[in-house]
Parts: sequence; structure tokens; C-alpha cells
Amino acid sequence: MKNILIAICFLVSTVVISQNCKYILKGEVIDFHNATPIEKAVIKIINTNTYAVTDINGKFTLTNICDKSIKIEISHLSCETKTITVNIEEMPFQTIFLEHHLDELDEVVVSANTRTETTSIEQSIKQQTIDNFADKSLGDALNTISGVSSLNTGNTIVKPIIHGLHSSRLLIINNNVRLFDQEWGDEHAPNIDINASNSIEVVKGANTLKYGSDAIGGLILIKPKKYAAIDSLFGSSLISLNSNGNGGIINSEIIKTYKSGYYAKLQASFKRFGDFKAPNYYLTNTGVQSINTSLTMGYNSFEKGFNAYYSIVSNEFAILKSSHIGNVNDLVTAINNEEPSIADDFSYTIDYPKQSILHHLAKVEAYKRFKGIGKLTAQYDFQINRRKEYDLRRGDYSDTPVIDLRLFTTSFQPNLLIDAIDDFEINTGFLLRFQQNDAISGTGVSPLIPDYEKYDAGVYATANYKMDLFNDISAGVRYDFSRIEAVKWYNTTDWEETYNYDELFPEFESGTTDNSETLTYPEFTFHNFSANLGYTRHFSNDFELFFNYGLASRMPNPSELFSDGLHHSAARIETGKLTIGKEVANKFMFSLQRNSQKFGFTISPYYNAINNYIQLIPAGITTTVRGAFPVWEYEQVDARIFGIDVDLDVKLNSKFNYSGSISLLQGDNLTDDIPLIQMPSTNFSNSITYYNKNLNQLSISLNHKTVLQQKRYPDYNFYTYNATVDDYVYVDISTPPSAYSLFGFNSSANFKAFKTGTLKVEFNVENIFNTSYREYLNRLRYFGDELGRNFNLKIKINY
Amino acid sequence: MKKINSLKTIKLLALFFISSLALVSCSSDDDHDDDHEHEEELITTVIYTLEDANGNTVTLTFEDLDGDGGADGTTEVSGSFVANTQYSGSIQLLNETEDPAEDITEEVEEEGDEHEFFYTSTISDIVITKNDVDEDGNPIGIDTSLTTGEAGTGSLTIVLKHEPTKPNDGTSEDAGGSTDVEVTFAIEVVFT
Repeated sequence: MKNILIAICFLVSTVVISQNCKYILKGEVIDFHNATPIEKAVIKIINTNTYAVTDINGKFTLTNICDKSIKIEISHLSCETKTITVNIEEMPFQTIFLEHHLDELDEVVVSANTRTETTSIEQSIKQQTIDNFADKSLGDALNTISGVSSLNTGNTIVKPIIHGLHSSRLLIINNNVRLFDQEWGDEHAPNIDINASNSIEVVKGANTLKYGSDAIGGLILIKPKKYAAIDSLFGSSLISLNSNGNGGIINSEIIKTYKSGYYAKLQASFKRFGDFKAPNYYLTNTGVQSINTSLTMGYNSFEKGFNAYYSIVSNEFAILKSSHIGNVNDLVTAINNEEPSIADDFSYTIDYPKQSILHHLAKVEAYKRFKGIGKLTAQYDFQINRRKEYDLRRGDYSDTPVIDLRLFTTSFQPNLLIDAIDDFEINTGFLLRFQQNDAISGTGVSPLIPDYEKYDAGVYATANYKMDLFNDISAGVRYDFSRIEAVKWYNTTDWEETYNYDELFPEFESGTTDNSETLTYPEFTFHNFSANLGYTRHFSNDFELFFNYGLASRMPNPSELFSDGLHHSAARIETGKLTIGKEVANKFMFSLQRNSQKFGFTISPYYNAINNYIQLIPAGITTTVRGAFPVWEYEQVDARIFGIDVDLDVKLNSKFNYSGSISLLQGDNLTDDIPLIQMPSTNFSNSITYYNKNLNQLSISLNHKTVLQQKRYPDYNFYTYNATVDDYVYVDISTPPSAYSLFGFNSSANFKAFKTGTLKVEFNVENIFNTSYREYLNRLRYFGDELGRNFNLKIKINY
Repeated sequence: MKKINSLKTIKLLALFFISSLALVSCSSDDDHDDDHEHEEELITTVIYTLEDANGNTVTLTFEDLDGDGGADGTTEVSGSFVANTQYSGSIQLLNETEDPAEDITEEVEEEGDEHEFFYTSTISDIVITKNDVDEDGNPIGIDTSLTTGEAGTGSLTIVLKHEPTKPNDGTSEDAGGSTDVEVTFAIEVVFT
């Protein structure tokens, strides 16, 4: 060895002599993050054998250099290798920054399974599960996570519920953009194409203040994939076919990446279903059509990068025809009938009533790292949500929507991540947001949600501190200012007598009246504070203990303040109230987890105390020309929701795996000492999977899910006089349906296709025994059964 | 370095403003001050006029001029029916929030195959028959005749169904569909 070195030195020196190599390069190598010198970094002149190693102060000297302009390569054991060109005459002393945090590179290269925050209690679903739900919805996919359920309108409009809370109480973050798509309505599903995402994380605590202060229920993070900086072109296509609904989805994506760090991705999907079938009849007018496209491009390097993203989601949901009813007597008839009043043969037609929604989302994000400080990110985004809801109407209006709203949201949010100090990380930033709702005129119906403009500004700071190898602690605070300015015509009798607003809010009156209506300008300002505290303890044997506390406050959404109108599918008039104030939640959550291949589990109890919880409940009966209607009003009570989620994962032997979960939840209205309405009942699931890696990764699994009857519910049943039969009839709108159990079968196998591609084939059966059942958390449960058996075939090609 | 950053910031801000301008300008196809939407399909008034051979009339009127919500609707019955008498009846639906009042009966008549009126009374010997038919030969119920029997008091209910099953067994329950009108009047049949 020594001899060889000597030989090399001799050779080098001979070359030096011959070329008059007089140049000397001095310099230092410094950690980009905390500006400390890096020892033992190797500095090598490219295409030569000349090199130097840094000393304890990070200093180095390269002597006997022949060219005044050279290329040098700087490398270090745990750093990203860097190449720079140096002109020695101009710069005889070089300061070179190296990126010393290898784990940080995950952000640039391929995202590993990292938590949103080190101390947050969260669960995620991965690409494979997303593929399984390719032709379903976000809500359906999330339903597989313990503690997460869904609020449905039929079977295509699915809203996620986390720990009993949904709509405005959940933040849905798509590609780092908070989704604003009129999420306040129970029958408004999030406009997300699940196929555009790579992983979906559910944060059950209220502790990701970066995204907002009002995550009373939790947070859903939809994340795109990060791509490695290599020259490559790849993609995948998926086709899924279903026997129930005679439809499916086609999804394709293609990705181009460059070694330089540039990347681009194009994805598109088309989904089409006709009428779905309950075990005993077709659910007439339940088809769906969905066309989605997303486009992303950007540049990633450690120091800087940008990302531009645009997606368009276009959904058309048919709504069960027999759910369009006129009054309470129609509702009673529907409840008492076993089958829906209209059950025609199969059809692809999407007829009225239906929802037609178009959602645009665009964002531009750029980041830059500053040495000794951290990473500065700025993001600008906008969204346009156009929602049209069609009902069965008369005459010239039969093709005009009854609801036509356009919601425009734009926001600007810079964030500074300070990670210069080892084991200590700070995230801070602010948010500016403007939102405008436009009730498009011409519907011939007074708008359910009026025109309004809303301004938000927020500022936050969160910190993570790694105390030692076993303990992490995090804390954060956030303040939000919101102002909403609306224009609304009120029924004069409602304004002056029913709600007494003329005395409560005389400042909102404009003085203009027209035909028993009063023009008003309601304006509200809210100040919201939120905070969180998190602690994680890692034990030996893969045990981890988490504790989260979150304080969240939420201003009432436009629906809770202003909504005013008839919902045909529920035969009810829903009324918001200007007197509704903000709700404030304190959520405590523990989680004991064990991540082990052999025997893993998660036990997560939680307690959420919500002051001034806003709920929509029946408040009386009004008589209209259509007959009697129950009036549902928003009111505020003190509430608590507590429960426990348990997940279990057991490796039975090398081929068989068992997983199971159970969710228990109780929600109480403490003000009236009764249960809360619309709370998920106890449910549990089991699945056994056979997996053979050597046999084309063959996977066969049997799964089961049981949802028990919700026994704790508030009784809002009432009697109403039915003139046509000259008698009082009982309107049972509260009693939840019976318990049900469903069984499913999944199988999949992977094959080689082409030169480098793979082909995955899946065959699945849902509801094997064609069980008829109804679900408490389906708003159309009065009208028809849930779906019957479905055979599904999926083929996915990666190329 | 600083220069580059401030340049970047300016560019970013410029992008921000341009895009917001573009968006604001494209979002103003609806002027904000006059967004007052009149309820176009609203039925504020139901008038059922019954006339006997001698020209005596009984008028049943339901009025809810401010629509759903607000003040409840009111009913008015102009007088009593005479026992054992035949009346010819006609129904009129109006939207009186419009000026002049819109006659919705015409729309119902045009879409006769998608609509049907149902008349029921708790006075069992009152018989109401529908004299008009839609394009398929099924009853509509705008033109009716009402025959009274013995004296009594009770109620008369008028139901208008949208998209009912046609033909049906004559009851609104069997017809299904969605209820557009359901009003009940207290009536009296007397001997003269």
C-alpha cells in the first residue's frame, strides 16, 4: 500500500514538474445547517489523483495544481457529494458548504414514512390502499382507518368523519393547499381525485397548526410523491371494472424526471358508473361521472426548488330519485316503505336530482435554504369551486339548478423552517387569505348561502425539540383573524319576529325592503387562538408512547350563520343563525404503539371537550304550501366526545397475517344531557391475509367489518297530522338502523410485463353475502338500502 | 445574493397580483348589489273555487305570501257547502310575489303528465271527481266536480304531486312523487 502511494506521489510530482504546477487552493468545508466546520471531508480535483482532507477546523490545502481553473469534488461520509468549478487566481480561498443532514435529503429524494410532526398521532394509507379505492372516494378510503368513518349521501357522496366530527371541523390539505369547496354542507363531499395522491395521512389530534387553527376534529393530508433526481420516464395505468353499477375507472399517470432535479407529472382519470344496485333492487338515479386531471412540475435540489401544481376535478353525482320528496308526509311514506318508491331498471342516465361540481386548484410553491438558518418556503394558491345542484322542477326552470354557488379562495403563505440548531426545529409563518362566495343569479330560488367576502390572516410558530434519543417534545401557538361580510335578503317576518334580528343586529339593516324581504349586510369579526403540546417517548422493544393536547377554535361557517332553505332529500328547512358564535375544543389524546413485524398494535384513547359545539337539530314545524316541514336550526351546546381506537397487526407465520381494529366512541350533549346526533357507532373489523412473495407476490385476504347499531342517539321523533288520512302519524327520523356485518374478499398478484414494467391483477368481492343493510350515517338511509354484492377486477401496469 | 432574493420576491409578488387580478376580473360576471332572487316557482296562493248550478260559490283560499319560512300560511273558507248539491270546481295556483301574479296552474296543465291533484275530505260522503285528463288519458284534477251528501263538518285537503306514478289508485299515497302543494281547509256542509 505504502509503495503504491509513494509510486503515485512520484508520478504526480513528475507531472507537476513538467507542467509547472504552481497553484495552491486553500479553503474550508462548513455544514450548511449550523455553520460548523466539517472534519474529514475529501476534496479531490476531478480527473486527477490530487486530493486533500479537511482537518478538525474544516480547513484544507491543495498544492501543486497545474490549471488555474479546476473542477473539484467535495465528499463526506454523511453528506451529499458536491462538485464545483474554481478559478484559483480569482478565488484562492474557497468556503464550501456541505449538506450534513442525510435524513433531510428524504425531502428531496424519496419520501420515507415520516410523520407530519414527530409527536403527532396519525395514521396513513399508502399507494396500495389508494389503488384499492381508485374508483371510490377519499371518504371510502379513509374509512379503513380506525376512528375514521364517513357521512354519506347515497353511496357516491362520501364525507370523512374523524372521531365523530366532519365538515368544517376537518382540514383537508391537498398538496399543501387547504381545500375550500363548500365543505360545510353535509351532502358536500370533498372534491379530491384520490388517484392524484401518493399517500394520505390522517392526523387525529389538533396539532398541526401550520394549516389552521380550526382543526377541531383533525386533519387529512393528501401528499403527492417526491421523485428522485435521476433521468427517467415512467408511469402507470390502472383500469378497474365493477359489476355493481356496471362501471369503473381508468387512470393514467406519466412522470418525467431529470438528473438536474427537474420533474413533471401528468395524471388523468375518468370514472363512470350507472345506477348502483342494492341486494333487491336498483337504486334509480345513483350513477356518477367524474373527469379529473392534475399536472405538476418543478425543480428540487437541496438548496432550492419550486413546484407548480394544477388540478381540475369535475364530478357529476346523480342522487337517488326517490329521495326527492315534498313534505313530512312523503318522508313518513318513505320511512314506512321497505323499498324506494322508484326502482326502475338499470340506466347510465344521470337525471335530476343531481349535483354537478367543478373544482380548480392551482398553486405555486418555492423554497430556498439559507445557511445557518433553515428553509424558507412561500406558497401562493387559488381555488375555484362551482357547485350546481339540480332538483325536480316545473316548467321553464326544469333545467336550472336550485343551487348555483361559486366559491373563490386564494391564499399566500410563507413558512420559515429553522433547523440550524441540532435537535431543535422551529416552523413559523403567516397566512393571508381572501375568499368570495358568489350566489350566481338566475336560479329562481333565493340562495341557500348568500354572497359574502371573507378575509383571513394568521400567524403561527411551532417548535420540536429532541430532548435525547428517547424523548421528543413539541409545542405551538397560532392566532387567526377572520372577517366575513355578507349580503343577504331576509324574510322580514323572520328578521323581525322569528329571530328578533332587528333588535339584535340593527346595524346590519340596509333600510331596503322588497316584497316582504329585507336587505341586510351582516358582518362578523372573529379572533381565534389555538395551541398544542405534544410529547413522544420511545421505549425499547419498538414501543412508543404519544401524548397530544390541542386547543382549537373555529368560527361558524357560512352555512351555520346564513343557510336558509329547503332540503328536499331530508324534507326539512335548515336555518342558520346570526347569533352563532365560535366553538372551542380541547382535545387530549394518548397513543401507545408498537411497530413490530411480528406483533404490532396501537391503542389510542382520546377525550375532546367542545364548548359551544354547533349542531343542527330539529327545532319545530313550519306550515308551508307543501304542507308541514320540520325546521332544523343550528344551535350551540357544550359537548364532549371520547373514545378509543385499537389496531392490531399480528404475523401468524411467514405467510399469514392478521389485522384487526375496533373503534369505540361516545358523544354527549352536556347542555341537555342527551347523546349527540350523528355519532358513529361501535365498529370493528378483522382481516386475514395470505401473502407469498415468491409466487408472484400473491396476496389473498378475507375481511370482515361489523357496525353495531347506534343505541345512543337523541330522540327527535315527532307526530304530525296527515290530513289525507285524517290522523296523526309518527315521524321516526331518529332511530338508527340495525347492526350489520359485511364480508369481503381481495386477491392480487404481480407479473412481469415488457422489459421493465410490472403488471398487477386484482380480483375483489365486496359484500359477498349480498347483505341488505342501512347505515345510520347515510343521509339517504330513509329511502333505500346500501349497495349489494360487487365483483371488481383491477389491472394496473407500471411502466 | 440579497439582490437575487429581493428580485425573486418582487417576481413572486407580481405573480400573486397578476393572478389575483385575472381571477377577480373573471369572477365578476355577477354584479353584487342586485342579487335579489325572486322565488320563481313559489306557490303563494291556492284558490279552489266551487260553484253550484245556481251560481252560488264557495271559495277555499290558502295564502302564504312570504313563502317558506317567515309567517305561516293562512286558510280562508268563504262559506258553507249545501248538502246534496253538485258543485263544479276549479283550482288556481298563483305566485303573488310576482307583479302581476304568475299563474302556475298553466305550467301544471302544460306538464299534466308530470302532475296530479288529489282531493280528499274527512266528510265521507263528499265525492270529488276529476274531469280533465293529460296527454296519456290520466286525470290531472284542475277541473273537478264536487258532490255533497249529508250535512257535517270536517276538512278538505288538496294535494299536488310532482312526478307521481300515473295511473294510480287515486290516492296520493299510491301516487308517490314529491308533494308540491298540501293544504287543508276546515269545511262545513249544511242543510238549507
